[in-house]
Amino acid sequence: MGNLSTTPPSVSPSGGAGGGDDAGYSAGTTPPGGVHRSAARRELWRFLAGRVSGAVVSMLLVLLSAFFIFRVIGGDPVRAVGGDSPMTPEQRAEIEERLGLNEPLRVQFWEYVKDVFTLDWGQSYVSSAQVTDLMWDRLPNTLLLTGTALILAAGLGVWIGARAGWRQGSTFEKTQVGISLTLWSAPTFWLGMIVIIVFSVRLDLFPVNGMRSARGGDQDFLPDLLDVAHHLVLPACTMAAVIYAQYVLIMRSSILEERGNDYLTVAKAKGLRDDVVRRRHAVPNALLPTVTLIALQFGAIFNGALLTETIFSWPGLGLLFYQAIKIPDIPLLQVLFIFFAGTTILANMLADIIYRFLDPRVRRSA
Amino acid sequence: MTPVLEIDDLRITYRGSRGEVPAVRGISMSLEPGDTLGLAGESGCGKSTVAGAILRLLPRETQVTGRIVLDGDDVLTMSFGKLRAVRWAGASIVFQGAMHSLNPVHRIARQIAEPIVLHEGLSSDAAEKRAVELMAQVGLPAWRASSYPHQLSGGQRQRVMIAMALACSPQLIIADEATTALDVMIQAQVLALIKRLVAERNIALVMISHDLSVLADTCDRLAVMYAGKLVEDGPSHEVFAAARHPYAQALSAAFPTVGDPAERRNPHGLAGDPPDPSNLPTGCSFHPRCPVVRDDCASTSVELRRARDDWRAACLRVEEVA
Repeated sequence: MGNLSTTPPSVSPSGGAGGGDDAGYSAGTTPPGGVHRSAARRELWRFLAGRVSGAVVSMLLVLLSAFFIFRVIGGDPVRAVGGDSPMTPEQRAEIEERLGLNEPLRVQFWEYVKDVFTLDWGQSYVSSAQVTDLMWDRLPNTLLLTGTALILAAGLGVWIGARAGWRQGSTFEKTQVGISLTLWSAPTFWLGMIVIIVFSVRLDLFPVNGMRSARGGDQDFLPDLLDVAHHLVLPACTMAAVIYAQYVLIMRSSILEERGNDYLTVAKAKGLRDDVVRRRHAVPNALLPTVTLIALQFGAIFNGALLTETIFSWPGLGLLFYQAIKIPDIPLLQVLFIFFAGTTILANMLADIIYRFLDPRVRRSA
Repeated sequence: MTPVLEIDDLRITYRGSRGEVPAVRGISMSLEPGDTLGLAGESGCGKSTVAGAILRLLPRETQVTGRIVLDGDDVLTMSFGKLRAVRWAGASIVFQGAMHSLNPVHRIARQIAEPIVLHEGLSSDAAEKRAVELMAQVGLPAWRASSYPHQLSGGQRQRVMIAMALACSPQLIIADEATTALDVMIQAQVLALIKRLVAERNIALVMISHDLSVLADTCDRLAVMYAGKLVEDGPSHEVFAAARHPYAQALSAAFPTVGDPAERRNPHGLAGDPPDPSNLPTGCSFHPRCPVVRDDCASTSVELRRARDDWRAACLRVEEVA
């Protein structure tokens, strides 16, 4: 990728006429500026270093706040671990001792820092399993849900948004913007409950919650797949509906910004069909700002996963987080918090870098 | 000889939030292969609107009447399919401001090749090879084929636009302020290039500019527009030197003669602003600004009158002014 960006505009068979017939290309093909090339490469490394160090600083702040946030929110982990039966002060002290909660905060923090650097995230207060194991167990389920919702929302949103922006002032545009704003304003938990009431309870089309039927995992692969897909429909659609609006509105406004440009008139004057002008000329330009904004919304997607998974009892990270916070299961919360924040930071960093490679202007200038 | 382009009583009205605005109010002209016509006038006089109308590029709600016959067919009544076939293959446009006329995310060879693929059905490889040949004809080195527009200078971008306009060997090229954004040296280069290429290929050229000296230099004929109408149409050097219509006179007098200090210290401008197209003066629309206005100018509407066999002007005093 880095190589691609610094290659000067020379005879690249892939970009042009293909092998064999590049006689026209080779006449006087040496572009000036070898010096310029190394300067560009240095500039690229400086850019990458800047982005990465920014991400590292953010990550350190996340690690720091992960410790304090869950000790500030209150709650009584000892109570949760010990169960409902009354406890003697001795039992209580013993549990506190085991969880390390009897130490002063300063010592606890020091332990936490040491654990972070040795990548030992500790055991859950409740199940005494390694919290990372709990997380990795649930991660595929969350990826399945968010991935499906993301593809659904981004694909549909960008497509509808581009068409809406292209036909500004049309009934289609007004309707789509109205729908998007309505969905955007709808709280996820409310929308989820409505969806459950209508499609599972009233119409009985889809299961109310969970990821598999009671028959569970003893099915063959294909029936199991269909079962999961059947359970996936409602939560994925609910989550997609909420994030869909952002894609429609962002894509619509970036198409609107492109519309006045002369290159679109040129494309039209060339005799291209209106939809080809939109797809080939307007959309690639409008996608540039959209890509960045999409990645910047990544945090909101995990937020959506938390609510959606809780409503539909989808056994993913969001539900795990919800269950952990009721206790509060501090080691589990810490690792999930760090994971969510880390993914968001990583996505933002990648968005910055991807943008640079997508836009030839940013790629080669500056 | 059949004309390449024949415009007959073209009237164009924009419909906006402020009601109807007549931008072009009855223009007729005719071009034969190899003819070069300069279309001059100040901003807002409707010259670019005429250019857009020739390929029907104006907003859908614009009202266009009259006839625009391009190579035997009326552009205004033809089907969309036929229109798309005529666009670029029959007539192409070199737009102003090459900065935004090229798509920033496509390589330039691809952009030049695009109409070739579309109209001649070539594979994109073959079309890009043709694009490189066209680039050579406008003086761009072959390695530029894989460049992006932002990597080129203004003059190079304008030459890309010219190569693109030539791509499908049209019979007519419309250059809409094609050299306006360029500095003087580059402008002279690009003008010479356009002049040579259209002469070699016997292409008809309509060149639109507010710069009368550019047009007089490039075109055989010069037409001057004012408030949506042609006010003068004649041989370019003669019009530039001794226009019949007072507006055209003022336009050419606005260019000081080089080496004449007296004129430099006292440039000839024209008082007043161009008229508001939605609220035009009665009679001759130039009369409020006219230095030689007569009593009947405000009441008599003036059409183009013959001043000579090859020369027309729209002024009541066409004989005396000359």
